[in-house]
Amino acid sequence: MNDMMLLVEPLIPALRRYARSLLGERAAADDLLQDCLERAITRWHQRRGDGDVKTWLFTILHNLAISQLRQSARRGRHVELDEVSETVVARPPTQEAGLQHRDLLNALGTLPEEQRSVLLLVSVEDLSYAETARVLDIPIGTVMSRLARAREKLARAMAPDAGARDQPTNRHQPTNRDQPTKPERPTLWRVK
Amino acid sequence: MTTGRPITEEDLHAYVDRRLDAARQAEVEDYLARHPAEAERIAGYGAQREALRAALASHAEEPIPPELSLARLIEARRHPTARPWRSSWQSMAAAIALLVVGGVGGWLLPHSPDRTAAGIASLAAEAADSYTVYAADHIRPVELKAADRGELVHWVSERLQHPVAVPDLAASGYRFMGGRLVPTPHGPAALFLYDDDHGTRLALLARPMAIDRNAPLAAHSEGPIRGFAWSKAGLGYSLVAGSGGPDLAPLATEARRQTES
Repeated sequence: MNDMMLLVEPLIPALRRYARSLLGERAAADDLLQDCLERAITRWHQRRGDGDVKTWLFTILHNLAISQLRQSARRGRHVELDEVSETVVARPPTQEAGLQHRDLLNALGTLPEEQRSVLLLVSVEDLSYAETARVLDIPIGTVMSRLARAREKLARAMAPDAGARDQPTNRHQPTNRDQPTKPERPTLWRVK
Repeated sequence: MTTGRPITEEDLHAYVDRRLDAARQAEVEDYLARHPAEAERIAGYGAQREALRAALASHAEEPIPPELSLARLIEARRHPTARPWRSSWQSMAAAIALLVVGGVGGWLLPHSPDRTAAGIASLAAEAADSYTVYAADHIRPVELKAADRGELVHWVSERLQHPVAVPDLAASGYRFMGGRLVPTPHGPAALFLYDDDHGTRLALLARPMAIDRNAPLAAHSEGPIRGFAWSKAGLGYSLVAGSGGPDLAPLATEARRQTES
């Protein structure tokens, strides 16, 4: 258990931030992280011996978060998953965070969950593209296309003349072959 | 452009995330210098990335609540009947269930579950409790003062049925103030207090351990109180301080070194 304390404990703040960013509420996020840590304790010895504890923990946490988001969507009114995530994420952050932060987090909440998780894992949690692909169990090309769409959408939402420039001029097109018009949600919902 | 490989959207994002090697980064910079509109878009993504990190930074900086303490969760797993650190709604459900049972069968008050576990996590909680009560006391924080060190050591060692030594933290700027015996759900414990020139106080709690008899140094926190706990040869220690206190890691390491020598 000694190596577990050393390897897992330093990651708890980042895991907590990710859970909070996905679920919006601290209490729900902490419950989720507690479940994640309990699973990690139980399965510590079943971990594949690649030593990549960070990816492993984020995978457990992400899968729990997604199944929870799906459950609350099912339990609640008949609402779309995206709509639910939007309302739970779009709440005021801590006091010291300025209006700009709030606007940004609100805009983040309007992203589809699958784009939001890619953006958070890459931009905030500093996972590599390959690690992000493993956590989400998707190809790297999909990580890149979701990242591009997330950034573009967030930039548009935050632009002062939002809406006025929906048609970006002469845009450099991503080279991914993987550009589904409809997000492939079932992949994301898979719970390990 | 040196290689002539076209700059892709993926390259631009990897540039934002600083994931390019130096050669490719130079090529992207060159490309952006020649495409101002793209440069503006990519600069916007960079700013967005920084803003996102700043907006979410506070979520990672909040103190970790005790129910997310790994040491506690490990211990809870060793005692599967007591699952004390479940979330609030689950605790509430349990409390309601208890009320229902109580209404039928009379009151049955269990021990507060986190007190029935005897390991490091409960030691940490006991140290925090003792700190709250005694370190805040400005009239009589200790029962036997530093001058009566010999008598104190004899007394607590006798009651704990375990030889207890007082670590010397003077080299780190913390004077030994004295100590006392305190009660815990697992019998008596020794409490030693230290302070520095600014009146910052530390407390060291020591008691025999029925489980976790040899546990590595691990951080814990109980609300505003932070600490480090460890055990060796059946005696557990927890060094704690308030939120504005010093970095406890070196102090705990030093105290542990002394208790083990």
